[in-house]
Amino acid sequence: MSDQAIVEKLKAKFSTAVLDVVEHRGETTVTVAKEPIVEICTFLRDDCGYNLLTDLCGVDYLGKAPRFMVVYNLYNIATKQRLRIKVPVEEQNAVVDTVSTVWGTANWHERECWDLMGISFNGHPDQRRILMPADWEGHPLRKDYPLQGPGREPYQGRLS
Amino acid sequence: MAVKSETMIINMGPQHPSTHGVLQLILELDGEIVVKATPHIGFLHRGTEKLSEYRTYHQIIPLTDRLDYLAPMSNNLGYVLAVEKLLGITDKIPKRAEQIRVILTELTRLKSHLVWLACHALDIGAMTVFLYCFREREEITDIYEKVSGARMTSNYFRVGGLSEDLPDGLDAEIRKFAESMPGHVETYEGLLTGNKIWQLRTQGVGHISAEAAIDIGITGPALRASGVDWDLRRDNPYSGYEDYDFEVPVREEGDTFARYKCRLDEMRQSSRIILQALDKLKPGPILADCPKVCLPPKKSVVDTIEGLIHHFKIVSEGFSPEPGEIYQGIEAPKGELGYYLVSDGSPMPVRMKVRPPSFVNLQGLPQMVEGKLLADVIAVIGTLDIVLGEIDR
Repeated sequence: MSDQAIVEKLKAKFSTAVLDVVEHRGETTVTVAKEPIVEICTFLRDDCGYNLLTDLCGVDYLGKAPRFMVVYNLYNIATKQRLRIKVPVEEQNAVVDTVSTVWGTANWHERECWDLMGISFNGHPDQRRILMPADWEGHPLRKDYPLQGPGREPYQGRLS
Repeated sequence: MAVKSETMIINMGPQHPSTHGVLQLILELDGEIVVKATPHIGFLHRGTEKLSEYRTYHQIIPLTDRLDYLAPMSNNLGYVLAVEKLLGITDKIPKRAEQIRVILTELTRLKSHLVWLACHALDIGAMTVFLYCFREREEITDIYEKVSGARMTSNYFRVGGLSEDLPDGLDAEIRKFAESMPGHVETYEGLLTGNKIWQLRTQGVGHISAEAAIDIGITGPALRASGVDWDLRRDNPYSGYEDYDFEVPVREEGDTFARYKCRLDEMRQSSRIILQALDKLKPGPILADCPKVCLPPKKSVVDTIEGLIHHFKIVSEGFSPEPGEIYQGIEAPKGELGYYLVSDGSPMPVRMKVRPPSFVNLQGLPQMVEGKLLADVIAVIGTLDIVLGEIDR
């Protein structure tokens, strides 16, 4: 099944939840609303064959609304196809439902996303910091977190 | 008097020699049986992804060397392929550059697997294999040094091609090594495969089914040993892998012995791919004809003012891919290595996410060791082939 066919299938099932579909360099990215994310992921796994969650991460678009995106890179081992799902997340309510019930691998990816980006996962079985020390304050991958560490002026970059 | 039974918590690592770096495991033991295993990672976190957001695309290549430091060229390859895809210049890479990339990443696979086999066998108690493997690994590091000037942190690939061509006569040396490798693999097999102690320590140990492995995200040889016939080099080819004739070793058992056999067979296939690539190698350009991305030839920089300006612009400003996002996965020695890049049209990425195979494979460790013997934990850490540099990034 082509990417378009899968997007059509997804639209037919979740018509209001599909917010945007972008194709860039031959890769399809579908932006969906965050509320039905667990149902969408379960549907993609069971009915579209995306049995492997290759990667999950957060992206900080500081200055834009909504500020964050949670990105799910999916793979179908049978048809060797990729699909990317994105979920917009507001800064004030940076919470998304966990998909660790859909793919077990999401557990650590979501812990990392919480640790570095400060996006919380509702219903996560074990939401602790994973890379930073347990008593660390702040979330280092956020764009307003200084590159050189807490309490330092933001790095201006060698280009400016 | 009633026998009192309670579990004991022991701390394994982060300074334990068999944890292959700074991995800490909190093990809850009931006698010799592991009740619960909790990995703690992050001791080697260097903020590679954060640093990448403040560097131009070319400046990130040396950071990727330091992710999986046992397979630096594979990291470089994944990254440059991702940037080339983001720029839309994937089909402009010269054939010679692609072939040299394949030769070197397959040598890297051998290098990584040699360290895996050496340490895995040493952990289980077979010291000789360690010395044999490091003898062959030394030859690969010598090739690395001749190619890039460094034995580990190569920084050799560039967006659009390579930093330099291969030195004269090196192809003959690589050919000699690749031809000798299957014989060496036979030697390792002779030391281990039929060895009763090796069989007892690996067969049936650390078993994981195909469904459980996919659910937890395990990729690479560890997944193929559970019976899933999937290799990105064959199924989503990149860098011209579709032109090579090779087999993907798959086994059904899903235990430590099957993973051992799979990796050894992969080493034989890597030698085959290297020899095929050497046969294809013809003189030609090693950098794409993309003046906005690639540095001009050194001669034009030295001889002409235009060349100097061109060089200066690319070094100081970099290049700006059009806004968009891509994901590029490659078959690294340890599994699927992926790079997710987001561009907003500036010369630095908005986000560079690395999908490290070791990070995800390590997540499978608790379910492979819980309910099993403490001694099996050592075998399972070895068989997962983890590198903390890419787990912690």
